[in-house]
Amino acid sequence: MPNMPAMPFATPLPDQPFPLILRDVACARGEARIFAGLDITVEAGGLWLVRGANGTGKTTLLRMLAGLLKPESGAVLWADGQAPRVAPERAVLIGHQDALKPALSVAENLSFWARFAGVTDNPWPSRSDPFGVWALADVPLRVLSAGQKRRVGLTRLAFSRAPLWLLDEPTTALDAAGQRTVWELIALHRRRGGAAVVTTHAKGTVDGAQELILGEER
Amino acid sequence: MAAVSTVKALQETVLRAAQPARFVTLANMLIPWISAAAVGLLGAGLIDALALSPPDYQQGETVRIMYIHVPSAWMGLFVYALVATLGGVGLVAGHPLAFAAARAAAPLGAAFTAVCLVTGSLWGKPMWGAWWVWDARLTSMLLLLFLYFGQIALSRAFDEHRRGDKAAAVLALVGCINLPVVKFSVDWWNTLHQPASVMKLGGPAIDASMLWPLLLMAGAFKLAFFALWLVRTRTEVVEARLRAAANRARSEAMR
Amino acid sequence: MSVFLAVLKRDLLLALRDGAGTWTVLGFFTIAVAVFPLGVGPEPEVLRRVAPGVLWAMALLSALLSLDTLFEADYRDGSLEALLAGQLVPELLVLAKACAHWIATGLPLTLAAPALGIFLHLPTEAMPVLFASLLLGTPVLSLLGAVGAALSLGARRATVLLAVMVLPLAVPVLVFGAGAVESAQTGLAVGPSLLILGGVALCALAVCPVAAAAALRQAVE
Repeated sequence: MPNMPAMPFATPLPDQPFPLILRDVACARGEARIFAGLDITVEAGGLWLVRGANGTGKTTLLRMLAGLLKPESGAVLWADGQAPRVAPERAVLIGHQDALKPALSVAENLSFWARFAGVTDNPWPSRSDPFGVWALADVPLRVLSAGQKRRVGLTRLAFSRAPLWLLDEPTTALDAAGQRTVWELIALHRRRGGAAVVTTHAKGTVDGAQELILGEER
Repeated sequence: MAAVSTVKALQETVLRAAQPARFVTLANMLIPWISAAAVGLLGAGLIDALALSPPDYQQGETVRIMYIHVPSAWMGLFVYALVATLGGVGLVAGHPLAFAAARAAAPLGAAFTAVCLVTGSLWGKPMWGAWWVWDARLTSMLLLLFLYFGQIALSRAFDEHRRGDKAAAVLALVGCINLPVVKFSVDWWNTLHQPASVMKLGGPAIDASMLWPLLLMAGAFKLAFFALWLVRTRTEVVEARLRAAANRARSEAMR
Repeated sequence: MSVFLAVLKRDLLLALRDGAGTWTVLGFFTIAVAVFPLGVGPEPEVLRRVAPGVLWAMALLSALLSLDTLFEADYRDGSLEALLAGQLVPELLVLAKACAHWIATGLPLTLAAPALGIFLHLPTEAMPVLFASLLLGTPVLSLLGAVGAALSLGARRATVLLAVMVLPLAVPVLVFGAGAVESAQTGLAVGPSLLILGGVALCALAVCPVAAAAALRQAVE
């Protein structure tokens, strides 16, 4: 595990769209209401930890913030009045799956996502390697362990231009050092003016984090 | 100004009727009347078609198949256009009733198309001496039936109903754009393959004594479709409510 | 543009790594065409008559065979969400993936078809037309297939469903493609068929990416 570089990000944040405000938001999957009456504000430098039992809508909330699905009622708006839509300038969603191809090597996978994110000069620059996966650059992804894959997947955060990170249980399958890196990376991202909404089952809190517990009557 | 307010009033009426609860009430009210009208018209049409109208000088009594065959073909095409329109409305306006109506209509359209093909086949045996001839019009209807199959299969292939509705709506719109191309290609293909000796159906202008029963039957088919469509849409709406209630109960039980 | 090329390159690289995809499709095409003489008999006259139709219908089925994986893998491993969240508009994403699919399957089918035409005693003068018609027609199959693949993402029995949806839509391609080859065989003008086929291809290029993109958005909703 290499030491975390001072600035592990490949590209600076483009703009400052915060706050993202959710007012009286309800969401349905299929024909079932999952949550309702949700009011939160995501500020620049903010971190929301989303907790709740299985099936209470943690992932659905993240997908809604990413603009993949619309709220059933209520408003989700950025400061400039725009609703979230799938666009790399605003939010990046890293879900349960790593979005990596088993047939490609670590370097091929990551340089594709780097180029896809608009990093053209130097596909997957090794300087933005917070999880230390450069050592595995030429290894096909299919032979990696679940934790290693997770590290490769999370490395995508290093070249994302999105101010808002939406992370769905990012520490799953990671060892202690990997988990520490995730939280350090989030802290660095917040320090440069970004924000994150993270679902987690882990106990314990993070400095300055706000908590949202889904599935409890409020 | 008057026109604007009329349009607005109409819009409001439609929107109010489109609320699921109101729709069920409205459907309950309409179904008996439309059904009765359909049965009446069907009776009159059948008597006219089977007894009163003259046999064709060329085709004899078999021409009476036309009174079922042709209205079925019209309905098959009409319902496909309707399903595509409803799908488009559903996609744009996101109204659940549009999807429910499309879901209810598609199998009816497929049934009309199938009736058209079967009667066409029955008509073909005495006329062409074969149960099936790759006539351009029959082939087009066969492909329409296949489009219906895809449509119906897709709308029912997902665990989440809404996804099936939306996907089927996109397919119906694509199919609608494609339908004229399919028709054109089949005509082209037919002239390429078929010898010119194939007898053309319909012949020249149709006599009033045959036109009347045809129109009566077409009206009867349309009314019958509307009655069945309302019944099926009502069922879809009620089913959606039951599913929602069941889902609610399940998520309550988990808490 | 560079993002478009990045997706295209990635999909081609995946197809190359996988390898099996292209070869399986070519293998199916060869075997399916070779089965026909065994069914209808070895008379050159009969084979020559059915050759355009058989070659085209089998090319259609072969192209369909490989379509179910077009978006499925990306859908399963979470790539699709990330791809849709990128700066590439979904319509171009569909186009990039359909292009890659065509290069990996449609183009090899087109290249292999004349060789299989020999099996069916297709006259030499019809070979260029067979090639040209497939060159125009197989991209349409990839585009229509992209719509079908996007619509059937996450559906039960998606592969069969895909075929049921796409085959009726692909009828015009089959008719004009096989029609062109047959015209060439019988000494008729091939221009009209090929021109219409080109027109169909342009229509598909305009409509299919939009429809497939709408379907993809629904799939990740």
